[in-house]
Amino acid sequence: MMEITEGSHAIAEAVRLCRPQVISAYPITPQTHIVEALADFVANCQLDAEYITVENELSALSACIGASAAGSRTYSATTSQGLALMFEVCFNAAGMRLPIIMSIANRALGAPLSIWNDQQDSISLRDSGWLQFYAEDNQEATDLHLLAYKVAEDHSIQLPAFVCFDGFILSHTYEPVDMLTQEDVDKYLPKFNPYERLDAADPISFGMYATPEYYPEFRYEMDQAQKRAKDVIAKAGKEFGTMFGRDYSALIEGYRLEDADTAIVAMGSICGTIKDAIDEMRVEGKKVGLLKIRVFRPFPSEEIAKMLSHVKRVAVLDKNISLGAKGATVIEVRDALYGSSIPVKGYVLGLGGRDVRKKDIKEIVALSEKGQGDIFYGLRKELI
Amino acid sequence: MRELRIHGRGGQGSVTAAELIAVAAFEGGVFAQAFPAFGVERRGAPVQAFVRFDDKKIRKRSQVYEPDYIIVQDSTLIKDVNVFMGVKQGGIVIVNTEKKPDYKVPNGVKLITIDATSIALKAIGLPITNTSLMGAFAAATGEIQFSALEKALNHRFPKELAAKNIDAARVAFDIVKGAA
Repeated sequence: MMEITEGSHAIAEAVRLCRPQVISAYPITPQTHIVEALADFVANCQLDAEYITVENELSALSACIGASAAGSRTYSATTSQGLALMFEVCFNAAGMRLPIIMSIANRALGAPLSIWNDQQDSISLRDSGWLQFYAEDNQEATDLHLLAYKVAEDHSIQLPAFVCFDGFILSHTYEPVDMLTQEDVDKYLPKFNPYERLDAADPISFGMYATPEYYPEFRYEMDQAQKRAKDVIAKAGKEFGTMFGRDYSALIEGYRLEDADTAIVAMGSICGTIKDAIDEMRVEGKKVGLLKIRVFRPFPSEEIAKMLSHVKRVAVLDKNISLGAKGATVIEVRDALYGSSIPVKGYVLGLGGRDVRKKDIKEIVALSEKGQGDIFYGLRKELI
Repeated sequence: MRELRIHGRGGQGSVTAAELIAVAAFEGGVFAQAFPAFGVERRGAPVQAFVRFDDKKIRKRSQVYEPDYIIVQDSTLIKDVNVFMGVKQGGIVIVNTEKKPDYKVPNGVKLITIDATSIALKAIGLPITNTSLMGAFAAATGEIQFSALEKALNHRFPKELAAKNIDAARVAFDIVKGAA
């Protein structure tokens, strides 16, 4: 049923319907409303779960690791500095092949302190082994939690997943969302059936140390699981579409891209503003389209190369910057198009919550037409 | 698409007003989007919140720079903040004040002043002006039905508090309707 509600509330409700058995989280802006709502659900017996309050994020994810290894469906949520504090444990969760789902209300990293949105936090964990989903709107932010559990818990995958959505821009926005029912979700998402679990009667170990004779194969197996996730996402996303009418089988989506000269590549809530800008540019006769990346890990290189094969130029927008290099997405898109002659330029924008407007998108398209790019877009020159 | 920008001070309920207006608009069958200008909220600091209305799904996520409607919860903001910035021709500005305006809205923009503070003090017993201004907004713009606003308030607040706020909204609604 369509309901107008806050993004955080819609996400908390979706998580509740996924029936997590253990939740551990530490509140941090702008994720707080989600974990507050889940704590209420548990306290009011609307969700039969153990809610473990902890002293910080490192403990939150550590608690999830223990619970997941013991065979429970687990959930956490964080952002920014909280995710940074989990850095070590993120690698452990993935290395132990535990399908923990964590919501990331994307926020910039300090210093300087910023509570506002960019995607530096989750992007900085891109090498940890977690699957990474990015939502354009609150419908996707909600639905992707179901998809994430389904894919992460698949026995051929067994990796944790981030469901990322732009902090404040989505988490604090009221907009209509089709809210699923418990019956719907139970049909889509079966009970967690761990491939292996801690069992005192049949003891095993998770995450023991690996000597050089063993370590590389662990990373290789994780990489293989990431690659297999493409097919699992396709299947689980299609099933979602069949059941609920919203098909998430594709890792990327094109918008007015079929005949486009200029392709914009972007991720997250900015895609909505870009679509509006594209419609206006089309009226003005400019053939512009969007390639939206919904899944950043596994990275859909081949899919991107195929979808962009006909365009004259590519403008990649990054709400992150690998300092001393470029935005993370442009590096990977350029790698995907290696060997082709299509020029790919990167634009770092929207850092620390700097607003991105339709006119900015149009200006970036104009810059890409002139071959100008690989820049921080929209800097205030008087501050430099 | 029509856009509303609400100017207020931290603690006056600007974000709540935006949310409830969006809820009421959605109740009336249009797509709506409400969000705050994400500041570090402090009581008394200037804050903004936004609402968009459209007959199709709203995709745009940037802040509101060229509003059709503006609500100013505290007229003392007018000297500090350019609250009328970007308002569209034919737009409507609603200012909470008991005074005659000593400022001008841009040409072609309709100014409505209403003493929401007195209305709120009388109906609620507190100078919380957002619900009165929601009533004024409903009457001035027709973007939301009063019955939908009533429903949104009843859903959001406990019964007694909702009733007081609905009273405040109705008084303001009637004043603006009566003046039109």
